[in-house]
Amino acid sequence: MISRRTLIAGGAGLLLAGCDRLDRSPGFRGLLRSAEGLTMRAQRLIVDRDALAREFTAADLSPIFRANGNQAPQSPAYRALAAANFADWRLTIDGLVRRPLSLSLAQLMRAPRRTQITRHDCVEGWSAIGKWTGARLAPLLDLAGLRDDARYLVFHCMDAFGPRPYYESVDLIDAFHPQTILAYALNDQALPIPNGAPLRLRVERQLGYKHAKYLHRIEAVASLAGVHGGRGGYWEDSNDYEWYAGI
Amino acid sequence: MQLEPSAADQGQPAAGSELVERHALSTRIWHWINALAVFVMLMSGLMIFNAHPRLYWGQYGANSDPAWLEIGSARDRGYLRVGSVRITTTGFLGYRTAANGTVNRRAFPGWMTIPSNYSLSAGRRWHFAFAWILVPAFLLYLIAILLNRHAVRGLTPRLGELSPRHLWHEIRDHARLRFPTGQAALRYNTLQKLSYFAVIFILLPLIILTGLTMSPAMDAAWPWLLDLFGGRQSARSIHFICAALIAGFILVHLVMVMLAGPINEIRSMITGRFRLPPERESAA
Repeated sequence: MISRRTLIAGGAGLLLAGCDRLDRSPGFRGLLRSAEGLTMRAQRLIVDRDALAREFTAADLSPIFRANGNQAPQSPAYRALAAANFADWRLTIDGLVRRPLSLSLAQLMRAPRRTQITRHDCVEGWSAIGKWTGARLAPLLDLAGLRDDARYLVFHCMDAFGPRPYYESVDLIDAFHPQTILAYALNDQALPIPNGAPLRLRVERQLGYKHAKYLHRIEAVASLAGVHGGRGGYWEDSNDYEWYAGI
Repeated sequence: MQLEPSAADQGQPAAGSELVERHALSTRIWHWINALAVFVMLMSGLMIFNAHPRLYWGQYGANSDPAWLEIGSARDRGYLRVGSVRITTTGFLGYRTAANGTVNRRAFPGWMTIPSNYSLSAGRRWHFAFAWILVPAFLLYLIAILLNRHAVRGLTPRLGELSPRHLWHEIRDHARLRFPTGQAALRYNTLQKLSYFAVIFILLPLIILTGLTMSPAMDAAWPWLLDLFGGRQSARSIHFICAALIAGFILVHLVMVMLAGPINEIRSMITGRFRLPPERESAA
């Protein structure tokens, strides 16, 4: 006779096997993924274009700001730049722009800046509060002059996972958001290497993996399809993470 | 959706052993949507928890900050720590050895998570897709029970029912598995009303709002969420506690259905029709 316990365990096992099978089916994944589109559209409807992420006070700072992902890019080029304190480093802003830019760290530090104490939320679930200072992205984009067909900004990074360089992308709503900055300082110190020296993106209304570190190039594009894996970011390409990370 | 109140809510007289209309269509549809969606939410939620099996209070919290709850492993042992109490959970939480000798240090075991192999992106995809089923269904159900007055007549305890004397009486009956019969079986008793009331009007709103508080975009849209719960990490903790309470509710609910007569109970949740248990001959 089959005991109730066996029946329940068997039932749960079948359910789980069913879920795993569904999870591997491209059609069902597509169905689940359509909910992500729904989430993004719903949030864009509810969240005002310029609604600010909560800003905290110095009393709220995390005692230790956790660094995650790559924490020391290994390429000889990066190590040479770091050894020279990033004096030879340049940020390129190009792609669908009328006036491509090449900016040194000193030039970025003279650009319109913003300081904000905000919460960094990792997709894993932890949060850390840090004080960021950086150049506001919007005035730099105005300087470069986005062409009308530009829809996304791709942030190219100097770190890599194996052969695959890290990159991320945002649309123009987040690109022109007042809190979107290219940060060169964390907690009043030059941005440390584990946190993305010399420059990282802060896009405060999305999860941590969107905040690309070790920036060297910002490219304006009409579509993400032709960039690396085509999904708009390293984690999106490699591990199937959502491109829109507002939740 | 049928918004007619059930016979139970209308208080129509009925004798024992009679088939009566017990559950409104809106209740039955909602019940079965939940029966599916809640399991997916709980199990995909455990997958998400596995990505960072520590809970904090306040606005921030990461590995170097004090966690009030933690599932982890030390050498060849798994443990659950709540505050300063540490329980060894080797073989279940934090540390498991498979038949072939492979060690798995994930917090919750694969048979409790969706998917069963670690994938945060897949867990999130399931969780948020089913949230889009669970939350709209809950909101429609709230509207339905306010319109058909089930919220007030069926689920809200009357003042007299909350007297300590009455509650004590019900708890005693419950513990002795003396379930209501005849007319009385047509309505929820006070303990049932309190449980359903707590789940529908407290736990579900809390779990939805704390879920939204974990979204950085929603915090920008509705900053009051952070003030309401005292921060994103507090919201994450409350979200987890509510999920545990809902899991506990489901467990007790299933046990009570088995004890009260599964055929009659399940039929009443499918067709709406419930056979009244006959009145007891004499009070014991």
